[in-house]
Amino acid sequence: MNHLPEIWGRPRNDIYGSYNPSYLKTSGPITHTSSPTVTGTSVVAVKFNGGVAIAADKLASYGSLARFTDVKRLRVFANSSVVGFGGDVSDMQYIDRLLESIDIREHYSTHGNMLNAKNLLTYLSKVFYKRRSQFNPLWNHVLVAGFDGNGAPFLSSADLLGNTFSAPHMATGFGAHLAVPILRRLFPEERPIEDITKDNAVAALQECMKVLFYRDARSLDEYSIAVITKDGVEVKEDEKVQAQSWAFAEAIRGYGAQTA
Amino acid sequence: MVSLMGHSYMGDTGTFAHTTTGQVKEHSFYPYTDNGGSTLGITGSDFAILAGDTRSVSGFNINTRFAPKVFKIGGDDETGEGAHILLSVVGFAADGNALKERLDAVVKMYKYQHGKRMSVRACAQRLSTILYQKRFFPYYVHAILAGLDEEGKGVLYSYDPVGSYEREQCRAAGSAASLIMPFLDNQVNFKNQYIPGSGEGHALEQKKAEPLPRETVEQIVRDAFTSAVERHIEVGDGLQMAIITERGIEEVFTPLKKD
Repeated sequence: MNHLPEIWGRPRNDIYGSYNPSYLKTSGPITHTSSPTVTGTSVVAVKFNGGVAIAADKLASYGSLARFTDVKRLRVFANSSVVGFGGDVSDMQYIDRLLESIDIREHYSTHGNMLNAKNLLTYLSKVFYKRRSQFNPLWNHVLVAGFDGNGAPFLSSADLLGNTFSAPHMATGFGAHLAVPILRRLFPEERPIEDITKDNAVAALQECMKVLFYRDARSLDEYSIAVITKDGVEVKEDEKVQAQSWAFAEAIRGYGAQTA
Repeated sequence: MVSLMGHSYMGDTGTFAHTTTGQVKEHSFYPYTDNGGSTLGITGSDFAILAGDTRSVSGFNINTRFAPKVFKIGGDDETGEGAHILLSVVGFAADGNALKERLDAVVKMYKYQHGKRMSVRACAQRLSTILYQKRFFPYYVHAILAGLDEEGKGVLYSYDPVGSYEREQCRAAGSAASLIMPFLDNQVNFKNQYIPGSGEGHALEQKKAEPLPRETVEQIVRDAFTSAVERHIEVGDGLQMAIITERGIEEVFTPLKKD
């Protein structure tokens, strides 16, 4: 060891050779995200009479490593809309910053009417579409929940390609496979959303989060849930999957220690 | 010591010293997806119909059962009220949406700048130009444009993703186009239909195609879609039919099988 802190912890130059500075070169081809790094899994949301409920667990995975376990993936906007993020967490934080600057800018403008969830979705989908057209995507799939210009409950999604679609209940990632069928069974299309109470919606999301925790390997039993009504947004960020039952696990045969 | 990459590494040549040869990571981001669905347009003597199913898929997932593919172009407000042109887009939905918004803006700007409505012919040429401008990163959509021509007859233009276009009597596009188009050839253009007793063998006379009445065309559209739903998994849920006449645009939604 010598007095130069920059080489502390490095292999000795006289034995291993000095650091190859070409690793640090800033020239060369521009690289873009070609796959996400730290990721969040599903976001699940459902409309009900007078609002929308949305939930996402608090895990951020690094591949199969459960890297961060306290990540808030629901972002409240102007106390009237919520954006739920699936996909890359750093891109989520970047978008969060974009939304923050819009929020501030809109608050300074004097006209007084704030951007609604529909406006937010339009904005986000244009950001996504622009970035995908530059071959530099923001690797997210988001759900936007809130109200449209007419004051009706609004729920829609935007993905990294700039695609948007809307439905009475929707989910991103694994939730599209596991949660949507549950929600479709609980709230069939024939049933108008006026028949669905806030409690129905929240209970359905709790059920979905449980199934997702059981069957999605990159999920967590701690989650955030937000309920958006005309009165504002009510967010709970320390929810936990209740009444877990792992009794079925004993009945699983065919791998592991058991042979038959 | 000179590396292949041209940047030589002139230091101690220890055991672990090595240069980074240009291993460029592959770009695996694919900017398109196929959202499925099908569209169909047929013209008559004083109307044009554009129709599409309302299912949106990605892979084997149904994104939503209600995502309309037929848009009013050049309307006065968000609802498309006052529009005189119809556009259907099928393929990659995000591109379709971007294309629709571009064309809508163009038609509106034309009206503001010239003080008159853009003709469907001019709009058709403009759409081709918009598509061709992105020749090397195309809008991945099959577009169909419909309206009424200068004489009040139904017109329909169909496009490929890079802007090649043609005026036609009828056209099916999208994932079930290969199922619907032959049916249309037979039922609208009367292909392979001959006039009975007009001759023997090759001397048989072809039945001549002529504009069909609106009720017939609507029924053909419904039949085409119900049949496509049976055999194509990406088509279903709902049928959106937009009919443009001199009185304006009527829009009808009817259910299709949801399986």
